[in-house]
Amino acid sequence: MIKIKKLHKSYPVGKDFLHVLKGIDLHIKEGEFVSIMGSSGSGKSTLLNIVGLLDIHDEGSYYLNGQKIESLDEKKAAILRNKFLGFVFQSFNLISYKTALENVALPLYYKGIGRKERQEIALNYLDKVGLKDWAKHLPNELSGGQKQRVAIARALVANPKVVLADEPTGALDSTTTDSVMELLKDINDEGMTVFVITHEQEVADQTDRIVTLKDGVIISDEITEKGKKTKHYV
Amino acid sequence: MKFIFDRDTWQEIYGSIRKNKLRTGITIIGVMWGIFLLVVLLGAARGMENNFNKMFGDFATNSVFIWGQSTSKPFKGFQEGKRIRLKISDANYVRSEIKGIEFVVPRNQSQGFVVNKFKSLTTGVYGDFPLLDKVQKKNLVYGRFINENDIKEKKKVCVINDDIYKQLFDKGEYPIGTYIKINDINYLIIGHYKNKRMGGGPQGGIHIPFTTFQQVYNQGENIGWIMVTAKPNVNIVQVEADAKLLLNNLHKVHPKDGRAFGSFNLGDRIKKITGFLTGMQFLTWFVGIATLIAGVFAIGNILLITVKERTKEIGIRRALGAKPGEIRRQIVLESVFLTMIAGALGIIFGGFVLMIIDTMWGHGEGAALVNPTVNIPVILIAFITLIVLGTLIGLIPAQIAVSVRPIEALRDE
Repeated sequence: MIKIKKLHKSYPVGKDFLHVLKGIDLHIKEGEFVSIMGSSGSGKSTLLNIVGLLDIHDEGSYYLNGQKIESLDEKKAAILRNKFLGFVFQSFNLISYKTALENVALPLYYKGIGRKERQEIALNYLDKVGLKDWAKHLPNELSGGQKQRVAIARALVANPKVVLADEPTGALDSTTTDSVMELLKDINDEGMTVFVITHEQEVADQTDRIVTLKDGVIISDEITEKGKKTKHYV
Repeated sequence: MKFIFDRDTWQEIYGSIRKNKLRTGITIIGVMWGIFLLVVLLGAARGMENNFNKMFGDFATNSVFIWGQSTSKPFKGFQEGKRIRLKISDANYVRSEIKGIEFVVPRNQSQGFVVNKFKSLTTGVYGDFPLLDKVQKKNLVYGRFINENDIKEKKKVCVINDDIYKQLFDKGEYPIGTYIKINDINYLIIGHYKNKRMGGGPQGGIHIPFTTFQQVYNQGENIGWIMVTAKPNVNIVQVEADAKLLLNNLHKVHPKDGRAFGSFNLGDRIKKITGFLTGMQFLTWFVGIATLIAGVFAIGNILLITVKERTKEIGIRRALGAKPGEIRRQIVLESVFLTMIAGALGIIFGGFVLMIIDTMWGHGEGAALVNPTVNIPVILIAFITLIVLGTLIGLIPAQIAVSVRPIEALRDE
């Protein structure tokens, strides 16, 4: 699903360049539940941005769903994001003046799906994350856990190939963290590829595979206890 | 263009406008004020013009009045200070010799003591030809104006204006066929006209046939003044100069003597006033359009701020798959929508104020602004200009909105 070879990325800092990713090789198959761990500055967010087509890599190659990603303009990137990727952010990033339902339906709007159908699908996904009764509520009327679940519903609604979660539990307490992780696990069980960035060991432990980054290189890539039981690694 | 009719597009616009109600409202007022000013000022200028046209509507405006005075230079053996009086023959010469002339109307005037039964007054009495009715249309209420027959037979008849009628007759009395005494001579009233006191030259009162005047006041061939009317599009200033030069020649006056003949150039005066009106209209357009542009810039400015504030939201939308074109389109449409709403409100409001102006100052004798209106094409042009400006100005924030990379937009707090 995601195939990365010798990926390099550097940012200009003044006259110098800050080399953030120094040759990453990573292969994530369809249906995997992978977490990227690393301290801040290890390059994990940059990796996610590149995978999420929000940023462009300098060197190396990146295949998403078998398609080579290169020289994308914003329009193509937007279409690919809409088609293949679902985002879950640490700060939820819900649009404040839209109801939960409208937020969930937004990717479908950009996909060009009609209004009625859009709302129907969105309501289905809200139901799936257990927030059907909250459909008409604005984000500021929801708790943190609920907001994140709305965000997850939004990430899923366009039926993407990969869900990218950037510190999805970073702003949540431990109970809601568990419920959100539970939700991600359920999604994964249904066959969705889930790609989580975290710096919390407990969160990473609930995934199937932990890739650890340090200073822009992968220092370890191991299957968790839980992961050993799944079909991918048997 | 399908997106314009898409309910979702408008819902998005409504959503973002609703978020900034106060600011949107204030911005709209800017543009509204611009187009409001344009409409009201244009309407008022039109009202002034209409009023002006109404005042001079019955008057041949391209005309000049010429009368004799005294010379200021000795010439051909004559001392300076020679009295000059115009003759009937002068009028004929002017008519036949000067190019571009439509009418030459000789007139005479004298003071008269007028009596009707127990009422009396002193007023100007004029000796006139029927031609006067052509250059200063008399709106007759009753009867007729002087005709050729009156001239030929030197009839003792007169035409009076409304002022005289009001002073000599009781209200509702029928004046035609009654006699009034002017300087102890009886005249039969044949016409009663109503005119606003407008235009150049001594004003109305009582008109008697020119020939009758000649006889009664013992004028011979002398005339008081001539009214020279040029054809439309003929330069009346030139006509005045030509006529004066001709008259100088006829009366043996030094060609450079500017005092021998007095004149009042109505055409020139009116041209100055119409020039002023045109200038005012230009000023109106200038002020209106400038205010409009300022208003549109205010909309652009506000959208710029809104876009900055919404950077993160735009980032989210783009992460969810919004194409740059869609973002741009939405912001431009928002700009156009706001300018259109503002424009429509301004036009409605302006029209409303013009209606009020019309009811307050647009009617009756002393109306200052007659029928203050603005043409529909003018409104359409202003409106289209507004939409074009709105689109253009909307492109700036739209471009800024998409120039931020989504990853940076998402990081924005």
